[in-house]
Amino acid sequence: MHEYSIVSSLIALCEEEVGRHKAASVSRVEVKIGVYSGVEPHLLEVAFDTFKERSICKNADFIMHIQPLKVRCCSCGSESELITSRYRCPECESTNLEVIDGEDMYLMRLELE
Amino acid sequence: MCKDCGCSVTEEHHHHQAHETLHHNPQLNDSKTIDVITKILHKNDHEAAHNREHLDKNHVLGINLMSSPGSGKTSLLEAMAELADFSFGVIEGDLETNKDAERLKAKGIEAYQIQTGSACHLDAFMVHKGLHHMDLNEIDICFVENVGNLVCPASYDVGMHLNIVLVSIPEGEDKIAKYPVMFRKADLILFTKTDLLPYFEYDIEAEKKTARTLKPNVDILEVNTKDPQSIKKVIDWIAFKQRFRN
Repeated sequence: MHEYSIVSSLIALCEEEVGRHKAASVSRVEVKIGVYSGVEPHLLEVAFDTFKERSICKNADFIMHIQPLKVRCCSCGSESELITSRYRCPECESTNLEVIDGEDMYLMRLELE
Repeated sequence: MCKDCGCSVTEEHHHHQAHETLHHNPQLNDSKTIDVITKILHKNDHEAAHNREHLDKNHVLGINLMSSPGSGKTSLLEAMAELADFSFGVIEGDLETNKDAERLKAKGIEAYQIQTGSACHLDAFMVHKGLHHMDLNEIDICFVENVGNLVCPASYDVGMHLNIVLVSIPEGEDKIAKYPVMFRKADLILFTKTDLLPYFEYDIEAEKKTARTLKPNVDILEVNTKDPQSIKKVIDWIAFKQRFRN
């Protein structure tokens, strides 16, 4: 249940942005959650809805974009999305891959009031 | 006064610029969408990088040990204390008690216990505090023994150089396939309690294969604390990595 820790980091980030832009509150929070970020999207949503009550995000909608695992093959150069957890290039079967997305959690966009 | 918006800028040639400023000042606007694109855990990642710098300055190799509770992290450290040529310290993470740190201190290992309360993982800030209780001049390796959990610790960089993930035979098959995020983080996977293999339905070769479909270049060793040779192999792996940190 580290989703609660992640949400508190997220709300702290929102507070910083509100301060920087001299806004009053946040009306929408958009995040990108990698399928291999180790976070369960449903639990993250529940945690956000619980924690937002006493924060600057009180009236904010929470929009999650789920990011599939995206890799670049260092052998053939192709970029692909992996559907299974088999780390192998679907084009040339090489295992020499560089993960370019899908392993992290990002705050992407905020709507401030 | 400007007819368009009611602003008080009158000079024609200055108007456009001033108008822009006014209308892009969020204090005067109802709502504004901004692109942030920041990692949610960027503060943790920043602190983790700081921890690594701290270790680098002292020529200490940092290793994060992760696994389920009871798969043998503390036992491995105890066994290594008797056989390793390098000296090490341990930052211990548990929800409650100092039991693990006490076990290690009894073996003469420098250990500092972090009690996380209800937190299911260690983060870079907790480990930073722990590092200040370690005499880094006296040790070659600093271990972080993370909270026993195959999920949450995988999301947090604690600022070590390498991750060792343990999985014990009695935990049963498919742990690697079920917790891919954790095992993807591993530089070395240790199959522990292998002396119990005759008593469990456990296809260790199939598990190794799963590990390598997840992470093709991962190192794998089998460990049994009753067999000093198996502990020695782990020590050799660590000593090899440590040679590149001086």
